[in-house]
Amino acid sequence: MSADNENKVIISVKDLCKHYNGGEIKALDGITTDIKKGEVVVVIGPSGSGKSTFLRSLNLLERPTSGTITFEGQDITSPSTNINKLRQNMGMVFQHFNLFPHLTIMKNMTLAPMKLRGLSKEEAEKKALELLAKVGLQDRASAYPSQLSGGQKQRIAIVRALAMDPEVMLFDEPTSALDPEMVGEVLEVMKNLAKAGMTMVCVTHEMGFAREVGTRVIFMDCGKIIEENTPEEIFTNPQNERLQTFLKKVL
Amino acid sequence: MYTKKANLILIVGIIALVLSVFPGAGLICAVFGLVLYAANKAVRTSIRADIGRGLSIIALLVNLVLITYILLFRHLDNAPAWLLSLRESFYATKFYGEFENNFLIDKRYTYISKGLGVTFEVTFFAVLLGIALGVIVALVRSSYDTLKEELKGGFGKAILYILYKICGVYLTVIRGTPVVVQLMIIYFVIFASSNNKILVAVLAFGINSGAYVAEIIRGGIESVDKGQFEAGRSLGFGYVRTMTFIIIPQAFKTVLPALANEFIVLIKETSVSGYVGLQELTKGGDIIRSRTYSAFMPLIAVAIIYLLIVIFFSWIVSLLERRLKSSER
Ligand SMILES: Nc1ncnc2c1ncn2[C@@H]1O[C@H](COP(=O)(O)OP(=O)(O)O)[C@@H](O)[C@H]1O
Ligand SMILES: [Mg+2]
Repeated sequence: MSADNENKVIISVKDLCKHYNGGEIKALDGITTDIKKGEVVVVIGPSGSGKSTFLRSLNLLERPTSGTITFEGQDITSPSTNINKLRQNMGMVFQHFNLFPHLTIMKNMTLAPMKLRGLSKEEAEKKALELLAKVGLQDRASAYPSQLSGGQKQRIAIVRALAMDPEVMLFDEPTSALDPEMVGEVLEVMKNLAKAGMTMVCVTHEMGFAREVGTRVIFMDCGKIIEENTPEEIFTNPQNERLQTFLKKVL
Repeated sequence: MYTKKANLILIVGIIALVLSVFPGAGLICAVFGLVLYAANKAVRTSIRADIGRGLSIIALLVNLVLITYILLFRHLDNAPAWLLSLRESFYATKFYGEFENNFLIDKRYTYISKGLGVTFEVTFFAVLLGIALGVIVALVRSSYDTLKEELKGGFGKAILYILYKICGVYLTVIRGTPVVVQLMIIYFVIFASSNNKILVAVLAFGINSGAYVAEIIRGGIESVDKGQFEAGRSLGFGYVRTMTFIIIPQAFKTVLPALANEFIVLIKETSVSGYVGLQELTKGGDIIRSRTYSAFMPLIAVAIIYLLIVIFFSWIVSLLERRLKSSER
């Protein structure tokens, strides 16, 4: 990766707010941060602190109440933005996988590339098989999601998003719904993805992952970014009191 | 392995139905199928065995009717003397007199057979119209619910809002008034100049059914996990494509039995078509009654026919439900 690339901001968030019930609940309360190309940003914080809301705002699954989000130089919160085009460049992985149960793994992975990227069936399937091979599931292409274990489902969900060649990948607690013995296989896939240079924003409770793979850790509480630093600093030298208490609980 | 036995029962059922062209053989085969089913408790979890049993029961009924017909009515060269005397004494009963008067004289049974045809015709097209209307109304209503935040004002939102309101009025009016009244309004008011009673009935029952189908389908759409919708949207699909590729195929599975049920309900509901003079099954029986001044036979016959139809389609629905459940894996 060139030094040039490393400094390029992909997503720029300014004063982002998301209110519910007419301002009664402030899920996001003025978030400002930049995400640069190739970064692996890990978002941590107690439950209800707004991590999911923040992540889901980035691809507009939640509509911000105020503030701006700029993606590759374009203000995506403006009404004229083509949301569907934007989302094609941001992959998202959910806590509960959300594979399409009525479609085979192959169809799950080829649907969007064929319909949205205009790939032919052969091209899409070739690519899907390559991605499946990378996560060791090439022999499950014809299976249905219900025939897979949780860890396998999540690995499929990751490569399904990758099949669209996104610029950024968003992860919302991808291992929280998994049995402990399956967490490792999913984190492994995410690690490889990070190594390959993918820009990632991960909400997770896996502190080991944050420490090992993250380039930056954001600690959120009450809809605000409380502290933001390298993993090294966050874990060995936390400044804010709330972060210190949080880390004591989870480590 | 019980699947082998289940397959056997299914095959016996099919053969019994085919063999009904030789009523005696069909009867024996059907009874054989039912005995097989009764003797193998383990087989009852299998859908195939149940289909086989159903076919055997149908074959049994068909054969009994055919055998009765042959024994009592069909002209037979060199029929044995006991049969002739049996027929003689049957023809002399009061029951047969009634039967002849209500169904055979002037070919009165055609009121029933033709009426049955009309009932099926009206129901079939009304169901199609109802499903088409129901899908549209359900999509308008649930798309408005999900898109009202995404569409920030503008022309599209205004149109969708108007459609949403129209659909709301449609649902309220149709579900708030009796179907007979709707039928008469369409016939005597809206289509006063036309005399196409079948068309009127199809429209009336289709429009009526659409309101109920809309709610069934909306329920189906809402039963699909919200995460499915988000997964579709996050890949970059728009609302319409997310619905078409991801939500509706899943919703369809859950609503299929309810839709089939709607067909059963409609078959019975069309019996009020006599109000606008359409000669369907019920009206057919009623016409016979008015000709012969005997109510028992024609009306009981009509009731039995409805009952058999409803039992048959309910059986199909239950098979469908089991099939869908077992494919959920
Ligand atoms: N649809 C909603 N309506 C009302 N409140 C919501 C809604 N979604 C989230 N919230 C609230 O916003 C806050 C942040 O939620 P969330 O982003 O899911 O937190 P986290 O992912 O960090 O656990 C919580 O207090 C939550 O109750
Ligand atoms: Mg969350």
